[in-house]
Amino acid sequence: MAMLHIVNKSPFERVAFDSCLAHASAGDAILMIEDAVVGAVAGSSFSGKVKAAMADKSVYVLGPDLAARGLEGKAMEGVTIVDYAGFVDLTANNDTTQSWL
Amino acid sequence: MKYTILVNEGPYQHQAADSALQFTRAALEKGHEIFRVFFYHDGVNNGTRLTVPPADDRLIQKAWTELAEKHGLDLVICIAAAQRRGIMDADEAKRQGLDANNIAPGFRISGLGQLVEGGIQSDRLVVFGD
Repeated sequence: MAMLHIVNKSPFERVAFDSCLAHASAGDAILMIEDAVVGAVAGSSFSGKVKAAMADKSVYVLGPDLAARGLEGKAMEGVTIVDYAGFVDLTANNDTTQSWL
Repeated sequence: MKYTILVNEGPYQHQAADSALQFTRAALEKGHEIFRVFFYHDGVNNGTRLTVPPADDRLIQKAWTELAEKHGLDLVICIAAAQRRGIMDADEAKRQGLDANNIAPGFRISGLGQLVEGGIQSDRLVVFGD
């Protein structure tokens, strides 16, 4: 039973992203949207945690939300960039979704 | 696949209403069925027809109405959340003795049971909010 975790707040603003990483199971997928896309940027004080999650989870970021914040091309290696169609596919391909509001 | 979408945030607040709209559009384009979009908490503000955003801004409420008309969507507003925020249809306005209503075309006001039913009847429940 794989779960898609959707995070929409910056890890520098709220603890939701940290909570998500603490609760997600191996084989789950994590998608960063809205302000959470800053969590995908390479070289931040948070990027180590995202990198660690990649060991047993797949990590995605919503491309349009990265671009809207001028962060295109700044995502760390190993994070897959998806569009809204890819977002829909992630919800369909995982058994359940959890939004970390 | 069958989806219910839950929108817990008002338009022009952060980004959740925009995200929900874009997700719903993308799901429909992929051939999925949207069983229902349920608006709860400040999300009920997506359902007023009396907004006039600046001409160069996006028209979120109108976009929901247009999407509903095009695809026959069921846009449901939580009644308790709506009454707190002054979102009224003609029947509710009359029942409350109010002088006006403001619900946008394509929306209807109902209860939380509609959200529960959406969760049961759909393959996926995707939540957007603050």
